[in-house]
Amino acid sequence: MDTSPRSLLYLDNVSVSFDGFKALNALSFVVAPGELRAIIGPNGAGKTTMMDIITGKTRPDSGQVFFEDTIDLTTRDEAGIARLGIGRKFQKPTVFESHTVWDNLELALNRGRSPFATLFYKLTARDSDRIDEILATIRLTGRRDELAANLSHGQKQWLEIGMLLAQEPKLLLVDEPVAGMTDAETAETAVLLKEIARTRAVVVVEHDMGFIRDLDVRVTCLAEGSVLAEGSIDFVSNDPNVIENYLGR
Amino acid sequence: MQIAIRIVLMLLLAVAAAAGARADDLRAGIDGLGKGNFAQVAKGVQQLARSGDLRLVPVFEALGDGALYARKSDGTVFIASEKGSGLALTDALTGAAAGDAPKAGFERIRVNNNLRRAVRTAIGALSLMSPDRAARLQAAKAVFAAPADDSLELVETALASETDAEIRSALEDAKAAALLKSDRSIAEKQGAIERIAARGDRDAMSILSSFRAGADGDLRLGIDRAIGDLQARQAWWDMGQNVWYGVSLGSVLLLAAIGLAITFGVMGIINMAHGEMVMIGAYTTYVVQDVIRASFPQWFDWSLALALPAAFLVAGFAGFLLERGVIRFLYGRPLETLLATWGVSLILQQAIRSIFGPSNREVGNPTWMSGGFDFGGLTLTYNRLWIVVFSLAVFVTLLVLLKHSRFGLQMRAVTQNRRMASSMGIRTPWVDALTFALGSGIAGMAGVALSQIDNVSPNLGQSYIIDSFMVVVFGGVGNLWGTLVGAFSLGIVNKLLEPYAGAVLGKILVLVLIILFIQRRPRGLFALKGRAVEA
Amino acid sequence: MISASIRRSSHRNIVLFAGAIMAVAILVLALNLLVPAQSAFHVPTYAVSLFGKYLTYALLALALDLVWGFCGILSLGHAAFFGLGGYAMGMYLVRQIGSRGVYGNPLLPDFMVFLNWQEMPWYWYGFDHFWFAALMVLLVPGTLAFVFGWLAFRSRVTGVYLSIITQAMTYALLLSFFRNEMGFGGNNGLTDFKELLGFNLQAQGTRLGLFVASALALSLALLVSSLLVRSKFGKVLVGIRDAESRTRFLGYRPENYKLLMFTVSAMMAGVAGALYVPQVGIINPGEFAPANSIEVVIWTAVGGRGTLIGPVLGAVLVNLGKSVFTAEFPEFWLFALGGLFVATTLFLPKGIVGTLRDKMTPRKKAEPAAERPKPAVADAEPLAAE
Repeated sequence: MDTSPRSLLYLDNVSVSFDGFKALNALSFVVAPGELRAIIGPNGAGKTTMMDIITGKTRPDSGQVFFEDTIDLTTRDEAGIARLGIGRKFQKPTVFESHTVWDNLELALNRGRSPFATLFYKLTARDSDRIDEILATIRLTGRRDELAANLSHGQKQWLEIGMLLAQEPKLLLVDEPVAGMTDAETAETAVLLKEIARTRAVVVVEHDMGFIRDLDVRVTCLAEGSVLAEGSIDFVSNDPNVIENYLGR
Repeated sequence: MQIAIRIVLMLLLAVAAAAGARADDLRAGIDGLGKGNFAQVAKGVQQLARSGDLRLVPVFEALGDGALYARKSDGTVFIASEKGSGLALTDALTGAAAGDAPKAGFERIRVNNNLRRAVRTAIGALSLMSPDRAARLQAAKAVFAAPADDSLELVETALASETDAEIRSALEDAKAAALLKSDRSIAEKQGAIERIAARGDRDAMSILSSFRAGADGDLRLGIDRAIGDLQARQAWWDMGQNVWYGVSLGSVLLLAAIGLAITFGVMGIINMAHGEMVMIGAYTTYVVQDVIRASFPQWFDWSLALALPAAFLVAGFAGFLLERGVIRFLYGRPLETLLATWGVSLILQQAIRSIFGPSNREVGNPTWMSGGFDFGGLTLTYNRLWIVVFSLAVFVTLLVLLKHSRFGLQMRAVTQNRRMASSMGIRTPWVDALTFALGSGIAGMAGVALSQIDNVSPNLGQSYIIDSFMVVVFGGVGNLWGTLVGAFSLGIVNKLLEPYAGAVLGKILVLVLIILFIQRRPRGLFALKGRAVEA
Repeated sequence: MISASIRRSSHRNIVLFAGAIMAVAILVLALNLLVPAQSAFHVPTYAVSLFGKYLTYALLALALDLVWGFCGILSLGHAAFFGLGGYAMGMYLVRQIGSRGVYGNPLLPDFMVFLNWQEMPWYWYGFDHFWFAALMVLLVPGTLAFVFGWLAFRSRVTGVYLSIITQAMTYALLLSFFRNEMGFGGNNGLTDFKELLGFNLQAQGTRLGLFVASALALSLALLVSSLLVRSKFGKVLVGIRDAESRTRFLGYRPENYKLLMFTVSAMMAGVAGALYVPQVGIINPGEFAPANSIEVVIWTAVGGRGTLIGPVLGAVLVNLGKSVFTAEFPEFWLFALGGLFVATTLFLPKGIVGTLRDKMTPRKKAEPAAERPKPAVADAEPLAAE
């Protein structure tokens, strides 16, 4: 892993604590371009904090975070990092509920994001086609004019994934995408994520071991703010440390 | 040499007077007052005064009042009062009646302002010898405040026989002041300056400043240095006084904000009617006092002890109704809560205005809250002092209640995790209502305290609501200690700014500082950190 | 393209509404000028000025709605921007008095003569020119809003905290303007105006003109606001209102959006104040009272925030009610206003227009985010319970 010539995301020795509680403890972690990676770990392992650090929501106390080898993420804000091409999906679906599905995607499109750019924005045929394309991908074409608030839970999750696609990120961070989904939806989401991962790197945080098996990718197990084990799902789930800390079997 | 002779002479005179001898000399001196111009009479008064004979006091008083007459025939001086067309005479020295006489045979000894001053000084000097302790002390202080040219000898005479420690100290001060005015040596005067400067009060400063103009050379430098020291010390006392005013203001802010720290800080409810709960407390005090005045006037000093629980219950009940009637429908919608409670505050104000009228209501101070005392260079009033004590008492009580009572435990459980608390069998709506009632009740008690220092009017609450929110927001939401520190620091900063910026500008500056502070630390002084806070 | 057509129709509603305002304005004019004074349909000139005042209030409410209804910023200090615009206009009007003041001083306004000032403070220069005053009507509130917003939004002060510090801002202004030393007439404010651009303020023509100007300004502001909120910019604003962190992670900087909207809104409020002052003939520090700003909020809430038409209706209705109440039952006005606050938040959270719109649209509409249960002081951001 460390011998990879070029990393997309590179965390080195990152630590952060809240009021004495060490949320991340010398965490090091690398994602290669185009990789699909799953992260597992018990509650409090630092999964969400790690995402907060990558997306600029939290600043690390120490350590380095680089995007594409040279861009120091710790000096940028959330919006700046998003514009670099890092998308983030929250655990609870977060979409613009009083906008239509279409408008949600239009807002997410990777276009000028300054107030003046949006003030004078005109929807082009190209943008319109792109939105239609994403609608098809996330299976919401029929509900494009529906308010997002009226979608089902699973549909909101997909809409959020669609918004991330519209953002055209190089790296997608996905936090528990199948929480609260039916089995059918879960299976479909796995297909969707694999599809997306063909064109970009995706990091998925998930508790659902079945879902991770479906994904069939390299797995990183976090515990107490640092990496416990890394490898294939079979390798990780047979690691005695992981069993003791997480799987508990 | 001459001085030494005079001192000896003085001592002799004093001893002689005490022995009651030399009455003839005295009489001759008194008779001498009947001759010569104003200046000569004044000199005569001074010389007489040196005898230290207390029998002279009525003579001088008569002179000052224009009741001293000289007999034209032999120049004998009498104290006289007009009686019909003639005069009733009194022997000047013995005070014995000396019969009546027609006015024609007497000439009144006239006085001008200079002479009157000399008379007053002489009386003051004589009082230094008075058998009455209080009179001596007062005389010594009077000499200190305004020493006359010849006070020094008198003071020294008095010092020689004085045994009371306090009066001796006052006399030493007077001696120092008189020394400065005398023609004694520079060294002695330097000592005097030190003695005066050691007093460290405003009087010392004014004495020294008044001598500064006449002094020169080393002496002037000494005085300047002493005045400099005094000013520095005075500045400290002034700052101390301002800090005290700040503490006092802080205690008022704490009282007004502490209920808010519960409803806003702990429950997250923006209660814009909080100020009206304070107002309700103040009006409860008014009603309680009104009843007591009418029926049990002898218990008036206890009216506040009665008003406190009454205000707590009345305001608490009002809060309970507000929570059950309005706020509980708006949980999770803070901006709407703000608007609805603002509406309630308007209704409460108008209701009070309709019942009690728009003007201020008179709320009395019990005797134990009236007056004040000096502490060093500070002036403290009892009502402010009691309010500081009261606010701290409320704070501590609340702290204990929250930390160590069953209700406090339930309250903290509900605010931290409502669902979990509810599933453990805590009746969360009940806890909500009681917590809100508690915060409102405390506001009501604050109203009792504020009624002692502020106007009780329907607008009472309005003037505190913004300040209260500032305190809670500045101190950090959800933290009682933050409220305490916030209240006192805002109070003190406000009062320390006042001398430089003026009251209004000082307040504006504090507001601007808070606005800027919130930008730096949006969650206040004692904010919790980490992810949990934002959840 | 259904959504686009909804958007177009709703924009058309605003255009119709703005047209209706102008039509009513012209009708009022006609009833004033053409109908004889003894007729029951005659609208007296004082009533025209009263309507004019309502229209400036409506403009103020519209300004507040842009930040509150569309951006989630509940400003409790919007009357401050209104007051600043009013003072800028008042300063111009005071300079127009010239030597006709009580003291007849050709250089200094009466209150400065009264305070024994020898010369005019520097910040009064330029206000003898209308163009300068007009510029200041926009720039002074705009600058204050920009500086305040730049500080507040950058450090992510949101929700109730923001409301409380906006209230502190207007309170600080209230205290400042009460001070004689500030040079704005202290307690009494600015008054005794004579003329505006050479027109006598007491003359019927001037007053009708000011009324029409208010109606025009309101209509124009409605059209501009409609274009604004229906642009992608407006959609980002609503996005920020509903899920601020989502906009951030999509690459938008909410602080810039809020800042622009807050500043534009403050300028709009300033214009409202500038139109208000010549119609009522006075501006004093009372305009900065925190209670005034909160009243603006209730106009907006009653009409329906986030609807553009709502705040206009709300402002006119509530103030009409206020005029009637304070004339007929002065004792009960505060009861009525207080009750309105409570009733609106409890029973009509979307306001008149919002509720009507829900009734007329068969499809279930989304609740505005502010009405969903939300932690008191938090972002609407979901957090993992790791």
